[in-house]
Amino acid sequence: MGTRVIGAGSKHTELGLTDYEYEQICEKLGREPNDVELAVFSLMWSEHCGYKHSKKLLRRLPTEGPHLLLGPGENAGAVDVGDGLAIAFKVESHNHPSAVEPFEGAATGVGGILRDIFAVGARPIAVLDSLRFGELDSARSRYLLDRVVAGIGHYGNSVGVATVGGEIYFESPYEQNCLVNAMCLGIAPHERLTRSAAAGVGNHVVLLGALTGRDGIGGASVLASAELGDGDEAKRPSVQIGDPFEEKKLIECCLELLDRDLLASLQDLGAAGLTSSSSEMASKGQVGIDLDMAEVPLREADMEPFEIMISESQERMLCVVEPQLLDAVFEVCQRWEVRATAIGTVTGGNRLRVFDGDDLVGEMPVDVLVDGCPLYDLEPEKPAGLVYTAPAARIGDADNVLLALLRSPSIASKLWAFEQYDPLVGSRTVRRPAQAEAAVLHLLHDGGHGAVAVSIEGNGRRVACDPYVGAAEAVLECAANLACVGAEPLGLTNCLNFGNPEKPHIAWQLTEAVDGLADACRALNTPVVGGNVSLYNEAPEGPIYPTPVVGMVGKLPDPAVAPINSFPREGLVVVLAGPFAPALAGSEVEKLRGELADGLPAVDLASHAQTLAVIRAATRSGLVVAAHDIAEGGLGVALAEMAIPARVGVRADLRSLENDSTEAGGSIAADSAAPDFPAASAANSRARSAAGPSAASASEALLFGEGAGGFLLACAREDADSLAAICADIPFTRIGETGGNEIVLQLRTASLSLQVEEAAQAYERAVPSSFE
Amino acid sequence: MTRFGVIRFPGSCDEVDALLAARRFGEAELLWHRDRDLKGVDAVVVPGGFSYGDYLRVGAIARFSPVMEAVAEFAADGGPVLGICNGFQVLCEAHLLPGALLPNTSLRFIARQVEIEVVNAATPFTRACEEATQLSIPVKHTTGRYYHPHPDSLADQVVFRYAPGQNPNGSLADIAGVANEAGNVVGLMPHPEHAVDPLVGSADGGKLFESMAWVPA
Repeated sequence: MGTRVIGAGSKHTELGLTDYEYEQICEKLGREPNDVELAVFSLMWSEHCGYKHSKKLLRRLPTEGPHLLLGPGENAGAVDVGDGLAIAFKVESHNHPSAVEPFEGAATGVGGILRDIFAVGARPIAVLDSLRFGELDSARSRYLLDRVVAGIGHYGNSVGVATVGGEIYFESPYEQNCLVNAMCLGIAPHERLTRSAAAGVGNHVVLLGALTGRDGIGGASVLASAELGDGDEAKRPSVQIGDPFEEKKLIECCLELLDRDLLASLQDLGAAGLTSSSSEMASKGQVGIDLDMAEVPLREADMEPFEIMISESQERMLCVVEPQLLDAVFEVCQRWEVRATAIGTVTGGNRLRVFDGDDLVGEMPVDVLVDGCPLYDLEPEKPAGLVYTAPAARIGDADNVLLALLRSPSIASKLWAFEQYDPLVGSRTVRRPAQAEAAVLHLLHDGGHGAVAVSIEGNGRRVACDPYVGAAEAVLECAANLACVGAEPLGLTNCLNFGNPEKPHIAWQLTEAVDGLADACRALNTPVVGGNVSLYNEAPEGPIYPTPVVGMVGKLPDPAVAPINSFPREGLVVVLAGPFAPALAGSEVEKLRGELADGLPAVDLASHAQTLAVIRAATRSGLVVAAHDIAEGGLGVALAEMAIPARVGVRADLRSLENDSTEAGGSIAADSAAPDFPAASAANSRARSAAGPSAASASEALLFGEGAGGFLLACAREDADSLAAICADIPFTRIGETGGNEIVLQLRTASLSLQVEEAAQAYERAVPSSFE
Repeated sequence: MTRFGVIRFPGSCDEVDALLAARRFGEAELLWHRDRDLKGVDAVVVPGGFSYGDYLRVGAIARFSPVMEAVAEFAADGGPVLGICNGFQVLCEAHLLPGALLPNTSLRFIARQVEIEVVNAATPFTRACEEATQLSIPVKHTTGRYYHPHPDSLADQVVFRYAPGQNPNGSLADIAGVANEAGNVVGLMPHPEHAVDPLVGSADGGKLFESMAWVPA
């Protein structure tokens, strides 16, 4: 049986298990597994399901917090947002499927994360996506971007869940191995939150949703737990196909079943299909489960029991139903035209038993399946130097640095992508994608119950420069985005996208990054409520940049005063607030110059936590009309991004900042007073590492350097003193006013000016023009 | 008080949004696709979304649903029927409205806030507007390019046009919404139900619901 998939010879190695792991299985079973059992073990003990290289490390993350309702281990985490309401959220990767078949890979990535959310009883209300591709001038990257965006839109738009935000970076290490991480938020009354633990011996196990076919067989082990390489085309049949219409019905049906209190537990079928869903439910409930493969409705008639057990057909859910409620469940399902089939029962003991009609074709102890997988200690070793080659230089000395940054695809406007997503369905979206630093959603439609804000971030290149600081910065960046709209963090979810953890330098990246995340979470008193790990993101050319993606959810009392992130009009005062210490290391301008730093300046997490509280007080006061944290491209890009949307110019005098916050810390040399300042600085900055900080590189660091802690706030002139009073405990510099049609940045010995329209053309055209 | 009925097909996405919008101006309830009973409502909204998945031509399945038989009778009796986005597509498929909706010229889904002009302020859906008023209302669709073989023949049946430079999808003559000959059935691609609250972007779409709820003295 099953020779087509398993093949001859050492089946377990073909299925991704090591000889040691196979011996462990035999020892714990007391015999050799049969083909059904081997297929089940190979998935449950895969990296994707078993977290065998990351589980120990993940224990370092703080998972307790005052607002936590559901923590790691459930289908999604959930936090209390007041008024008896909960927000459930989670981020998950679908990297390898998207690298092989971008449209369906991305679409089913969205479908999968939606199911995690409604599996806990929450109605999905928002999706965000974090995407990474190779450089946009590569045809493969454009193809992947185009199809991934189309796939996300196809699924999210059709299923009626708003896509409210996200981010896209373009870096060559993602050329072969793109990243597609999708995050979903759902809302639920506390009492509807549902756990997945199976309960009640004798209860029915009911499969809901789509027919089971051969799609995605072995996806978790074949795709998600090995490096990409030649022959990926042949893996295309391992990618699942999504049906958002089926999912839409499934969402409405499951929520109605939960509202009517008809289910004892609910679980989605994700990676490894029935195998993982049934064993997880049994494990959490400390019970056994019998499943009859002959009862599973099939799309193809001749499927083997092992294929049915491991199929990754989409849009399916598994629930536990008390016998007397079964008819009521079927009635609701029939109304929604959702297939519902009793395929098994909850049993005493702790066995997962697989039947094919009357024949017992597999029997495994649940605890061995779920918790018996060997957990490996990482063997981290700090590499002697950077493991990545510096990116190709993209600007010359004569180029206008600000324009080059605005045109750089990782910074440039992503409206091209956002316009392909429905940001509005559900009538909750107060701040749409790119309108504010974080998306803002009403909790209740009467507007009286506050709102939640959500942001997703993770700059892999900075993590490559310094895994600890880069990962901590991802948390700070999310919190900064939230602070800009007045939201206080309640919890976060993360997706750890890394290379092969069996390699010492990748293990080192992973360890450092988890420590950085953990320390930043503690400093902000924000727990990790759940997440996902995606390892083995490597191509023959090497690993991806280590990319911990952080999704953070916070609450704000009054969405009506949540600042947008651009200047709405002339005559506003612009201030720089916060402990901003910009440095060129790890910055976008450094990348454009073809350099990659080894190490980033340390971050003082406690001072950032204090700053965030002050910024939050400011943005909640109603005085701030626009707020923007300083991130990629530094102060110069942040000011331009604020000027571009409404074409409102700004004049900023940065002279008072030149001594105290640049990385050089020295005075500006008199001879750099060239009128074409950006070019002059470009010429000098190359020499900085060899010859020490030059005056021009100090200026460039001030203008385009990066680092957490800087915020640009705009307010009416008459409110400037009140705003200064709120910000009394943090650095606060009034740098200019909005007005005119130019962006002007005045330094002591030079000034930079750019027409807003010219900046806008560079910023807005960069991505769409690459598809023309 | 006007009672709105909002149809819910499997795959409808914006039906609750339309329900909430209608409730700002009257009473409103959902109508199930399998029911032929419109429960005595005063006005019907056929909402946006992807009815029955729209895997065939958009709206092609929904027009055969039991509830649409009742809607056709309701329309024939002069009852006001508003089709939004997918609802517009369904009403065209059902031949309750002239013309058809084709894929956007970009062949992509487009979500964008657009300005539309009220061309005919004499319908039950626009009577709260001044003629030539511009409304800020979002569009979000893949198949919104309005087509009619003889657009000039529509005359007063054109109710909304995209403002100059705002046509997002290549619609013929910038047509954003049309009425039937009697004027009691109107469909449009923009989503007025997503423009009823300044906090979420605009309240201009409320004018359509206000018009429908308006009981002439």
